[in-house]
Amino acid sequence: MTRTPTLDRRAFLTVTAAAGGGLLVGNYLGPLQASLAAADGSFEPNIWVRIDADDTVRVMLTQLEMGQGVMTAMPMLVGEELDVDWSRIATEWVGADSRYGAGFGGQQITAGSNSIRAYWRPLREAGAAARQVLVAAAAAEWGVAVEDCSTDKGRVQHDPTGRSLRYGALVDRASRLPVPAEVTLKEPGSFKLLGRDEVERLDIPEKVDGRAGFGIDVQRPGMLVARVLRCPVFGGKVAKYDATRATAVNGVRDVVPVSAGLAVVADNYWAASRGLQALADDVTWDEGPLADLTTAEISRRFREKAEQPGAPARNDGDADAALAGAATTFERVFEVPYLAHATMEPMNCTAHVQADRCDVWLPTQGQTATHGAAVAASGLAPDQVFVHPTYMGGGFGRRGEVDFVTDAVEASKAVGRPVKVVWSREDDMQHDYYRPYTYVRMWAALDADGTPVAWKQRLVQPSLLERTRPGALAATRGIDFISVDGAANLPYDIPNVRVEYTEFDPGIPFGFWRSVGASVNGYVVEAFFDEVAAAGGHDPYELRRRLLRNHPRHKAVLELAADKHGWSTPVPEGRARGISILECFGTIVAIAAEVSVSAPADADAAVHVHRMTCAVDAGWTVHPDTIRGQMEGGMIYGLTAALKSEITIQKGRVAQSNFHDYPMVRMNEAPEIAVHIVPSTENPGGVGEPSTAVLPGALANAVAAATGKRIYRMPIRPEMLRA
Amino acid sequence: MVSLTVNERRYDLDIEPEMPLLWAIRDVIGLTGTKFGCGIAQCGACTVHLDGVPIRSCTTPASRAVGRRITTIEGLSPDGTHPLQVAWVAEQVPQCGYCQSGQLMSAAALLARTPRPNDQEIDAAMTGNVCRCGTYQRIRRAIHRAAEGA
Ligand code: FES
Ligand code: FES
Repeated sequence: MTRTPTLDRRAFLTVTAAAGGGLLVGNYLGPLQASLAAADGSFEPNIWVRIDADDTVRVMLTQLEMGQGVMTAMPMLVGEELDVDWSRIATEWVGADSRYGAGFGGQQITAGSNSIRAYWRPLREAGAAARQVLVAAAAAEWGVAVEDCSTDKGRVQHDPTGRSLRYGALVDRASRLPVPAEVTLKEPGSFKLLGRDEVERLDIPEKVDGRAGFGIDVQRPGMLVARVLRCPVFGGKVAKYDATRATAVNGVRDVVPVSAGLAVVADNYWAASRGLQALADDVTWDEGPLADLTTAEISRRFREKAEQPGAPARNDGDADAALAGAATTFERVFEVPYLAHATMEPMNCTAHVQADRCDVWLPTQGQTATHGAAVAASGLAPDQVFVHPTYMGGGFGRRGEVDFVTDAVEASKAVGRPVKVVWSREDDMQHDYYRPYTYVRMWAALDADGTPVAWKQRLVQPSLLERTRPGALAATRGIDFISVDGAANLPYDIPNVRVEYTEFDPGIPFGFWRSVGASVNGYVVEAFFDEVAAAGGHDPYELRRRLLRNHPRHKAVLELAADKHGWSTPVPEGRARGISILECFGTIVAIAAEVSVSAPADADAAVHVHRMTCAVDAGWTVHPDTIRGQMEGGMIYGLTAALKSEITIQKGRVAQSNFHDYPMVRMNEAPEIAVHIVPSTENPGGVGEPSTAVLPGALANAVAAATGKRIYRMPIRPEMLRA
Repeated sequence: MVSLTVNERRYDLDIEPEMPLLWAIRDVIGLTGTKFGCGIAQCGACTVHLDGVPIRSCTTPASRAVGRRITTIEGLSPDGTHPLQVAWVAEQVPQCGYCQSGQLMSAAALLARTPRPNDQEIDAAMTGNVCRCGTYQRIRRAIHRAAEGA
């Protein structure tokens, strides 16, 4: 079996680290720890950086890489304060280790566009502390004052004499020195790495030659490969099965029951798949209570729920009274479908359960949750279970789940060998935790001048808060703050605003999908805003500017997007423009989109997106090109949601199965994209998700401008374009 | 027994001839740079070259590759310096990276037959490769960059 270079390299680094005797910084200092702890409510120590005698500066990554660039951004934060020689940076992924979860409520999770927001300060402080110790070590070595020493590119220099020492040469002495009680962070003006485009992403070289090790590439000695047959109906179970024909397939070793269904364990993926096909005909399912559920029925139940008022997440003035008394009022209904994550790498996990230990190798967004699932499934003690993260072939929220972990641990335990469970694309699409179906009612009232004086939103959606923290809704008086992200924080200056939330779950698994609550509200709020503006006889861009008068950051972002797009220039013949803006994950994004609609009267009417211009204010920037990349990719992700795909339910199961019926935006449909970053000194916001939330609103508004037809559902279908 | 020549090396494999080439390459030979994304020729993640022509290895039986030259991402260049690989780094193309082996193999086949492709030719050659991370415009720029450097 071939070894995967990335995994092997990491194993090698771990060994080196254990034997190397370098300088370890991070388990550091009481007072500094106390200040960190004050910010995040934990007193756990942290270990972030290690410097070896050979000058290698190794940064420990608790945040994992799915394409969003943490593997480069995290070392940049440490390296800036430590004045590293960037070519000597190494990284090592951290398994489940409770000392690292301080940035996310004790959990190691790479989600919520939170990595930089949660860890920029601890990582910079860790780098600054390390630097201070190295300077003290050099000063002691030379018998000079620390004030006369400076650092650059991995060396300490004594300025008056020009002498210098490599960091690696100082590790022994530094290890014996006390760690500083306080550190001073650099002023942004003196940054050498942060905010610079010259830094290339550390993961890219091994992603252009096949070396990068993803979870699906894991190989272990004696490993078998399994697929898991799940009941096609959500909530269904195996009633009975006969594995005779499946186990007769060449290469199939065993069929074992697991919590989710039946695991077909084989020598390779193809044999497992053939065994699974044979088995599928020989299983009787108990399909459970959802066996008759359809999308139409789901929609009907949501509509019913939306008839009653929900829990108020925001209540300024008296929206109901203003609606009752206004000259002009109107109401619209918006619906958005379930959506699959469709990460390019299907779900997978490799597990090896032995008598006294369990190892799991996998692409995951959550070491803590993975560890918990492996402990539960293996029956071993927490300190006998080890999580080994790999690169992720996309995450988008899907890899914060642990269903695939349970599959692999149970299968390995049953057969007594390492087992890699690999899901097919069909498994992946039909057994996701979907972006939830959502039903939204919107109301607005206009004054005589056509300016909105009341705005009301009623949102019905399953609750992720309740799913992840059972009982939480009772404590929040029924409000899921995740669901109302992008709605309750409406930035427009309207005197009467009411935003209501109603929890409703028809039973289809739902989860965190890139931009989460904002994935709905970015579209609904901004599409409705354009209709409100038009109803009052206002230009939607100018009305936004006016009503953002109390939000200068928002206004600046909106104006930058408009300006760079050429909003004030004539629209090219046959095209139309739309714009939208939203704050979510601590970042403000505005997008202008330019479209044309072909054959609007026909069954094959189609939206063509020519150009998208994005402006983003994400605070001070760690790595500008990563921000641009995330804005670009997030917009394409949002474009697929707006134009292409939806998950529908027939007889309690998902009707779609693969990319032919859950299509993606492809190269020939990918518009020209420009991203403009607002210079800012505010603290960093998240960048992985916001543009996904903002794009559909801009698109809906552009399509409405082109056709005169408002868009009340996603994805946009030809019949919605017909005049 | 099926004999395959992958990246100029011969492998004698104890597999059934109808096993898709993808799984022969990944699970039996152990070259994991070629990826699985859909299994039905819809995403391009599994793209390899058969006598220089890009094919979807997930739907190509291993038997069809017997006696022919198979090139995978590991064999695109000896040291990661194919002009496209250099351009992919220069344009900082990959995000998660999972689709990129397939993207590079499709692009390499394009440049081999069309050294200076225009945008329409890039569309035609690359539309079979899905990138869920949405790196399309960077891929387009990188192809142009590699073509101009050639
Ligand atoms: S895996 Fe072959 S085209 Fe998708
Ligand atoms: S880089 Fe992630 S799918 Fe293309």
